[in-house]
Amino acid sequence: MNALLEAVNVNKSYDGHRALTDLNLAIPEGSIFGLLGPNGAGKTSFIRIINQITAPDSGQLLLNGKPMKSADIARIGYLPEERGLYKKMTVGEQALYLSKLKGLSGSEAKAKLKEWFERFEIESWWNKKIEELSKGMAQKVQFIVTVLHQPDLLIFDEPFTGFDPINTELIKSEIRRLNKEGATIIFSTHRMESVEEICDHIALINRSKKILEGPLKQVRNDFRTNTFKVAYVGDSDQVTSVIKENFELVDDHNWQDHREATVKLPENTKPNALLEALLPIAVIDHFEEVIPSVNDIFIRMVQKGNNNE
Amino acid sequence: MNKTLLIIQREFLSRVRKKSFLIMTLLGPILFGGLMVAPALVASIPEGPKEILVVDQSYLLLRFDAKSDDKHKLEFLNPEEINREQAIERLQSDEKYDALFYIEVSESGDPDFWKRNGAIYGKEDVSLGLESYCTELLESAIFKEKLVSQDVDYAIVENAKTSVSLRTFNLSESLEQESATEIKIVVGYACGFFIYIFIFLYSAQIMRGVIEEKTSRIVEVLISSVRPFQLMVGKVFGIGTVGVLQFVIWVVLSIVIFQVASATLLDTQLSPEEIAAGMEASTQGMEIMDQISSLPLATILGGFLFFFIGGYLLYGALFAAVGAAVDTETDSQQFMAPLAIPLVLGLIVSSNVIENPHSDLAFWFSMIPFTSPIVMMVRIPFDVPGWELALSMALMILGFLATTGLAARIYRVGILMYGKKPSYKELWKWIRYNPS
Repeated sequence: MNALLEAVNVNKSYDGHRALTDLNLAIPEGSIFGLLGPNGAGKTSFIRIINQITAPDSGQLLLNGKPMKSADIARIGYLPEERGLYKKMTVGEQALYLSKLKGLSGSEAKAKLKEWFERFEIESWWNKKIEELSKGMAQKVQFIVTVLHQPDLLIFDEPFTGFDPINTELIKSEIRRLNKEGATIIFSTHRMESVEEICDHIALINRSKKILEGPLKQVRNDFRTNTFKVAYVGDSDQVTSVIKENFELVDDHNWQDHREATVKLPENTKPNALLEALLPIAVIDHFEEVIPSVNDIFIRMVQKGNNNE
Repeated sequence: MNKTLLIIQREFLSRVRKKSFLIMTLLGPILFGGLMVAPALVASIPEGPKEILVVDQSYLLLRFDAKSDDKHKLEFLNPEEINREQAIERLQSDEKYDALFYIEVSESGDPDFWKRNGAIYGKEDVSLGLESYCTELLESAIFKEKLVSQDVDYAIVENAKTSVSLRTFNLSESLEQESATEIKIVVGYACGFFIYIFIFLYSAQIMRGVIEEKTSRIVEVLISSVRPFQLMVGKVFGIGTVGVLQFVIWVVLSIVIFQVASATLLDTQLSPEEIAAGMEASTQGMEIMDQISSLPLATILGGFLFFFIGGYLLYGALFAAVGAAVDTETDSQQFMAPLAIPLVLGLIVSSNVIENPHSDLAFWFSMIPFTSPIVMMVRIPFDVPGWELALSMALMILGFLATTGLAARIYRVGILMYGKKPSYKELWKWIRYNPS
C-alpha cells in the first residue's frame, strides 16, 4: 500500500521540552490509522504539524510522496480534541462559514450540508443557536463540518469524547463509511477499546518517540507469547499437575460449569503438544490462542519505555 | 472568497445583526447629547434659596448694603439683641434657616480684623457655594471699608475697572481674518477625544472576541483552515468596519436631529425681542462659521480619518494579542495597563498641547505612534508644518506594522495555550519563537 502521508525525521521541541524526536511514520492510503500514546506523548504536536498549525524544527512531511504545500490544507479535515463552536451563531450559518473557510463555495456547502443534516436527522437544528444545543448535539455539527469538504485525509483527535453510546456507534459507522469511500483516517486516542474496533494500522508514540508501528494484526501477532486458553471438564488437580510438569500455568480458575486454564508454552512448541497432553485426562470444551489486546501491548510498551529511562 | 474577507464578513455581520448594535447606534447620539446637556440641565434645576441668618456685630455688611441673591437669602438680626450663643440656638431651633453668618465687632476699627473674625455655622457641612458667597460678601465689604478709610469714592474705583478683549491675528493665515483659537481648540480636542474613545471601545471588543474564540475552543477548528495572522487581521478589520459604520450613522443621525430640531424651533412664533436675540446669535453664528471655514478643513478631515483608522489598527492588533495571551477577561487587566497608559497619556498631554500646540512636548508626543493619533489630531487645526504631519503619518504606519508583527507572534502562540496566565517573560519568549 502506498503511503498517503509520510513523516520524515520530524523533530519538534517547545521551550526545552521535546515534543517529537526523529519521528518517521508512514500512513498508508485508505487506512484507518490509530495514533496512540499516553497524554503528552506528542500526538497533538504531530497533528498540529500535519495541519500546518505549527512547523517542525527539522524534517518534513510528504503527501503522496511530495513535500506538503500550504494549499494541501484543503485536503485535510481535522476534528481537534479541544473543539467548540461560536455559541451565539446559528448552526446553519456556522456550518456554512466553516465550510467556506475550507474552500467550498456557498451553494456547494449548502447542498452538502443539507445531505448530512438529513442523514443525521437534524434538519430542525439549522436555525438554532449553538448555546441551545447539548454538548453531544454540538459535537455532531462539528463532525459534519470536519468531513463536509470530502478531504483525502481525516484527522480525529479523541472523537468520541462527549458522545453517548448510541451516537458513538453512529460516528464509528460514519468513520468506517468515509474510509470505504476512500478517505484515509488518522485516529488519535489514548482509549484503546475503540482502536481495536476500527483501526487497521497503529503507531504508538511515547515520550516524543515512536516506539511501535505496523498493521494492527501484525503488531498483535508480534506480541503473541505462545499462550493458550483451554476450557475443560475433568479432574482439575490431575490436569494442573500435568500442565505444570510440561508447561507454564499462567492462570487457572472455574468458569461456569467447567474449568479454564491459561497456559504458556515454551518457544517453538506447537499447541498440539498441550492438546496431546490433556486429551487423555479431560474433555476439552474450548481451545484458543491468547492474542494480546492493544491495551496490553500499550501498557507493556509504555511501562517498558518508562522503566528504561 | 478570500479567507480573510470571509472572516471580516463574519465579524461584521455577527455584530451588526445584534440588537445591541441597533440600540446603541440609534441611542448613541441621544446618549452623547444627553451627556453634554445633562450637567447644564442639572445646574438649571431650580432650588429654593439658602436662608442665612446674619449677626453682624460690626454693622459692616449693613453699612455697605449687602444684598441677597437668588440662591442665598440673608436675614439680618439686630446685633444689640442677640449674642453668638443665642444666634446658634436660633439656627438650631428654627428649621427655616440653613446657616448662621457671624461677624465679630472690631474694637480698633482695623478692617483687616475681619479677615479672621467672620464665621459660618451650618446645621450640616457648609456647602462650598454658601461659603464662597459669604466670603465674597465679607471681602467686598472689607474692600469698600478700606477705600472709605482712605477717603476714596467707591464709584470711582468701580468706574475705573475695565474688561479687555484682544483681537488675535495669525500672520501665516491672513491679516483680514481674525485667528480662531477657540474654534481650533474645540475642533482639535473633539477629534482627539473621539479617537481616544473609539480606540478604547472597539479594541476592547477585539480582545473580548479573541477570548471568546479561545474559551469556546473554536480557534482550534479555525486555525486548521486559516493562518492565525489572517484570523487576527480579519477580526481587527471586521470590528473596525463595524465601528466606522456606527460612527457614520451617528454623524448622519446627529445632523438630521440637529436640522429637525432647528427647523421646529424656527417654526414657532417669535416675539420681537426673541427675533432680536436670534439675530445677534446668528451674527455670532456667522462669525463662528467664518472662523470654521478658515480652518484647514481638508487636512483636518484627512488627518482625522488617517489617525482614526491608524490608531485603531495599531492598538487593535495589540489588544488582539492580549486576548490571545489570556483565558478570561479578568486575567487581561495585567496586560491592559501598558496599552491604556499611553492612550490616557495622549489625552492628558493634549490639554497642554492645546495651550501651546507648537511646543517640543507637542511635537514629540505627536510623533510617537502610541500617542500621535490623539495629540496630532489636537494640533492639526493649528496648522502643523507639512513635514511634521508627513513624518508623524509615516511613523504611524511603521508603528502599525511593527505592533501588528509583534502582536501576530504573541497571538499565534497564545491562542493555543490554555490554563495558566503567561508572564511578560513568557510573552517575550513567544515573540522570539520562530516556528519555521
